[in-house]
Amino acid sequence: MSEPLVFKRYYVWQLPVRICHWVNALSILLLSITGFLIGYPVIAGSSPDAYVMGWVRFVHFVAGYALLISVISRLLWSLNDHCFSGWREYFPFLTREGWKNILVMLKFYFFIDRKTPDAVGHNPLAVTAYVGLFLIFFGMFASGFALYAEHAPGGAMHGMLKPVYLLMSTQTMRLYHHLGMWFIICYVINHIYSVWLLDVKEKGGEITSIFSGYKYTTKLHVFSEGKECDENGCFIKTKK
Amino acid sequence: MSEHDVESRCDTVKQNGDVKQNREDTIGEILRQRGVSRRDFLKFCSAMTAAMALPASFAPRVAQALDEVKRPTLVWLEMQSCTGDTEALLRSANPTVAEIVLDILSVDYHETIMAAAGHQAEEALDKTIAAYKGKYICVIEGSIAMKDGGIYGSTGGKSHVDRARQVCGGALATIAVGTCASYGGIAAAVPNPTGAVGVQEAVPGVTVINLPGCPVNADNLTATIVHYLVFGKIPALDSHGRPLFAYGKRIHDNCERRPHFDAGQYVEQWGDEGHRKGFCLYKMGCKGPATFHNCPTQRYNEKTSWPVGAGHPCAGCAEPQFWDAMGPMYKRLPNVPGFGIEHTADKIGLGMAIGVGAAFAAHGVISSLRKDKDPAEKTKED
Repeated sequence: MSEPLVFKRYYVWQLPVRICHWVNALSILLLSITGFLIGYPVIAGSSPDAYVMGWVRFVHFVAGYALLISVISRLLWSLNDHCFSGWREYFPFLTREGWKNILVMLKFYFFIDRKTPDAVGHNPLAVTAYVGLFLIFFGMFASGFALYAEHAPGGAMHGMLKPVYLLMSTQTMRLYHHLGMWFIICYVINHIYSVWLLDVKEKGGEITSIFSGYKYTTKLHVFSEGKECDENGCFIKTKK
Repeated sequence: MSEHDVESRCDTVKQNGDVKQNREDTIGEILRQRGVSRRDFLKFCSAMTAAMALPASFAPRVAQALDEVKRPTLVWLEMQSCTGDTEALLRSANPTVAEIVLDILSVDYHETIMAAAGHQAEEALDKTIAAYKGKYICVIEGSIAMKDGGIYGSTGGKSHVDRARQVCGGALATIAVGTCASYGGIAAAVPNPTGAVGVQEAVPGVTVINLPGCPVNADNLTATIVHYLVFGKIPALDSHGRPLFAYGKRIHDNCERRPHFDAGQYVEQWGDEGHRKGFCLYKMGCKGPATFHNCPTQRYNEKTSWPVGAGHPCAGCAEPQFWDAMGPMYKRLPNVPGFGIEHTADKIGLGMAIGVGAAFAAHGVISSLRKDKDPAEKTKED
């Protein structure tokens, strides 16, 4: 204990990453509320010119476009070589080190071992969940925009989404679109809980980092054997 | 139809006996021979122009073309069906059955309305398809049973699938009338004991125009044939093989109750105030937002009414995979396969969310009983 603790300041979430996160969060909230109101229109219009459903659907479509643009922007941003936001981060299950870290994380969640992996950015189990979440997003985009484009059959969007129409009926799309929302809601519960757990109980600094972009930690971010990340998110080679 | 109309129709039918039917006569000539007035003919042409979604300026051209073209030979085959499409045609007023069957078309074979029966009838079919190979139009009503070599449906000792291959194969074009002939329809609903499929699936490679609907709207059938007579080609089709002029727009987008949908005014229960006021049937399970058909504009039975106009939600009968994909009739969403009935996506989803929430809450309780982690701990380990 005589040694002083060495905290490093990592720039984990670049500004575009934070913007995408909050656009996603806001649009998911709006999409879920308006989506529920479209499925179960509980707000009744008092007169024929009330346009209640019209506005609810308008908000849903705008939020849908916002989420689409945000998700695609985030995917394009991940083409960079940044350690914490680059695409390499998202496939821990392709490396041996990654699998080891996923197991460490699972042991942590099942109270077998309190150790968390050497990860400053995403933890390896979380990024695996994000890959699944992005797949659900694209299922929601496909079904949502296919349902939306039916107002203009033969239009550009309708033509682009032709494979979706060939794959399933409109009603089946609606069914999966509803189920997709519930999967995303389950994910949100998981996400918020894990943030609380890892920040409040494990002192990982998660909550502040998504506002400021910085994490202060004594940990190292080991990408794979012999490869680490420095404070700015650049890859550095370490001696064995 | 007024009494006078019925009388004049009877006169026309009486005259028909005297008039020698000549296949080489143009439609215009035949109509004149039958005593159809020019005025009625032009009215018919205008109605057909509208049905084909063409501008009114096309009506004279339609009239001119119909004046000049020869009538096509047409055979009508019944497969696995309830004859509902024939009923719709026989009861159609625009044009009346006399006009369409006797004047415009030369129906050489139609099991329900032909005089011949048995071997005689089958002979007539064989003769027609041999004599007019590549020139006749084949209309098929009903789905085709494919299971076990097609033994579950046969006419005159021949299985429907064999008959369809033979007749459609030699036809100029095949028109599948009704949802069963188009996509299998009710006969193809789970568990589909006869292996019912639509004509295009049973006879791949032939030109099929699908006119789904339960029953087909006879005006759309007439318009399809008129389109062929006027333009010499089949109408533009969508990806499900349906003419765009009749299936190019969603019911929901042309619905007379659409303003109530946008306003948020819905029927909540049968016979409630909203129902009496003609509010939107969205909450009663209307499949208008999932169905492409011209019902709201074309309507049925002399343009009298249509399901939503009469206060019943759209059943989605004109879409592929009707019946299965459009059920339950009075609910917005299909049930989730693999779960019991009455298990909707949202009940399952809510259950899932509650389950996940409870699991994380339990985890949280256990975690909050543990001491917070000391950041120095890891350093100590090292």
